[in-house]
Formats: sequence, C-alpha cells, structure tokens
Amino acid sequence: MKTIIATITATFLMSLMGSQVVLASPKEDLKSFRAYFKSKFPDTPFDDFINGVYAIDPPSREQWEAIEEFPPYEINIDNGEGLFNKPFKNGKTYADCFDNGGENVRQNYPHFDEASSQVVTLEMAINECRIKNGEAPLGLGKGDIADISAYMAFTSRGSRFDVGIPNKDAEDWYEKGKHFFYAKRGQLNMACADCHVYYSGSYARAELLSPALGQPTHFPVYRSKWGGLGTLQRRYEGCNKQVRARPFKLQGEEYRALEYFHTYMSNGLEVNGPGARK
Amino acid sequence: MENSIKVRARESDGVVTFKALISHPMETGLRKNKKTGEPIPAHFIQEVDVDSNGKRQLTAYWGGSISKNPYLSFKYAGKKGDKLTVSWTDNQGEKDSIEASVK
Repeated sequence: MKTIIATITATFLMSLMGSQVVLASPKEDLKSFRAYFKSKFPDTPFDDFINGVYAIDPPSREQWEAIEEFPPYEINIDNGEGLFNKPFKNGKTYADCFDNGGENVRQNYPHFDEASSQVVTLEMAINECRIKNGEAPLGLGKGDIADISAYMAFTSRGSRFDVGIPNKDAEDWYEKGKHFFYAKRGQLNMACADCHVYYSGSYARAELLSPALGQPTHFPVYRSKWGGLGTLQRRYEGCNKQVRARPFKLQGEEYRALEYFHTYMSNGLEVNGPGARK
Repeated sequence: MENSIKVRARESDGVVTFKALISHPMETGLRKNKKTGEPIPAHFIQEVDVDSNGKRQLTAYWGGSISKNPYLSFKYAGKKGDKLTVSWTDNQGEKDSIEASVK
C-alpha cells in the first residue's frame, strides 16, 4: 500500500516537473532571435539592423540617407548639449552623476541596478540626477529629457550595447519584459512581436514594419510624424495606443522591463542615436 | 545667443549644393493653446536671403505653411571658397543671419 502511494506520488511529482514549461535562458532567446531575423532578411548584414526599415527597404533608404546628410535632430543635439552642460542650482552638473562624465554611456542603459534592485533606463537616470541635486524631474516622453538623451546618445555613437543580466532578480525583469513583448493586448489583440517579429518587413497599411532586432539603438528618435524628438517609451506608449490598448506609465515597471528585454535583444549592435524616422 | 541657422554648402563640378537648417517655431497663428484656448500668435519667417560673394542667389518668401525648423536646399553655379551670407526676417520683426563658406 505504502509503495503504491509512493509510486503514485512520485509519478504525480514527475509529471508536474515534466509539464512545467522549461524557460529558455536569455542567451538562448538571443540566439534564436538573431537567427530568426538572419533567415528572414538574409541580405541584411547584422550591423545594419540598427537602421530599421531602411536596412530592409532600398527606396526609403535613399530618402533617409538624404535626410541624414543634414538631419533634423541636429538642433536637438545642440540643445541637449547646452542643457547637459548647464549647472544645477547647486552648482553640480549631469556629468557628476554619470560614469565618464556622462559621455559615451548610452550603451550601458538600461541596466539592472543591484543596489535598488530595479532596471534603470537613461531617462530615469537623468531624472534621478535632477532630483538628487534638488531640481524638478523632467517630463518623460519629449522635450528637454529627449534632447539631453539625444546628446548623450550622440556622444556614444559607435559603442555597442551589452546589456547584462547579473542575477535572478534581473532575470525576472527580463522575463517580465519578454512576456510583455509577446503578449497580445488591446482591442486589436496584437503583440509587439506580431508586427515586429512575425510581420516585420510586411506592410501595415502604408507603413513597412521594422524588425525588432536593432530597434531601440537609434532612440531617442526624431519622428516626422511627431515633428520632433521623442524617447523610446514615448513610442511604446504610441504603439500601445495604436492597437487600442491603454498605455502604461512612462518609466513605470512595465515599460522599463520591456525596454530591458528589447535592448538585450539588440546586444552587440551599435548605438546610432539620435535617429530620424518617418 | 546661439545662431538659429546651420549651413552646409558643398561644391562639385561647378555646382554648389546649399543646405540650411533653421531653428524657428513657424507658428501659423491658427493653433490654440490647449490650456487657455487662446490662439498662439503667428510667428513665422517671411523672407530668407542667400548671398554668395555679395551677389543675391536666392530670395524665398515664406508663409505659415512652412514647417517648424525649416530645411532649405538649392543649387547654384559657384565655386569652393564662395562667401555665403544667409539671413531671414520674420513677421514679428525678428531676424538672424550667418556667414559660411562653400567647401
């Protein structure tokens, strides 16, 4: 009798373990992510994915290259440089808050901050710097914060993203972001992955869908549609609204987790922000 | 005061390609302040002049339909080293100008 119970319990436990979803590790996710886009766009070199749709569509690339000769975000970079160098009321500057005086650091964001046990994005770090020095935080989607972020991205151009996942808590943030990316939402019941993985390279009405690989590298971005510069999370908000989902708070946990996953998937690619897009 | 005009001019085969990016709000006067409902007063560039070595190459008459931070580009016959003067005036009486040389 005891043996039977033991066997049944053992089998039950084994089946539980067997039915548990084996979570692939982030490294494996990254490998299969890259392999997917490599096979979908075989003529596009890996490094070129940072250019989004312009890496996969020659006619619009020509137009974009013409714009890049004298890009609209130049004004924002200059403005951002001025804002970055202007001292706070207490005399300190942004350079005091960041490694290397804030130059060439874009590729280190977002990262998992072990001290506060959360993911920190560049915009969040900019505001934390302001609060620490007695200044009011900036609005998170556009305006001054985008200009400062643009300047910091510009000084980091060419450096490659290398987002790390140092511990289990960080991996939880990664998994949250990954889940967000693949989960369907909104009235249109679509996931980020629907447009930017499965249908990347296809058209949604008149727009070509960009591949998710290399997507965050060029942010903040001057979007012709916005007529101005905006941050990555401003775009997340817009994308969520586009599938008629209620957007989340900028720099809240959801979007930070998403940015963490999203940027991890672009590891090894160069910073090319700020960018210009349609 | 930061200059509002950025100029790039390159010569190739006797043709200078002139490009300029001007920082200007280019308000049409039709937009309303979202909070107060008051119309935002019109503030847009009315004339842009480009001179090369003192000789007028282009006069542009603009209105409110030109976008914010306008980009202007045109070609003219010229050579490297030409001294360019670019200036604009707007409907509120403001003006700015910059000098540059053709590369």
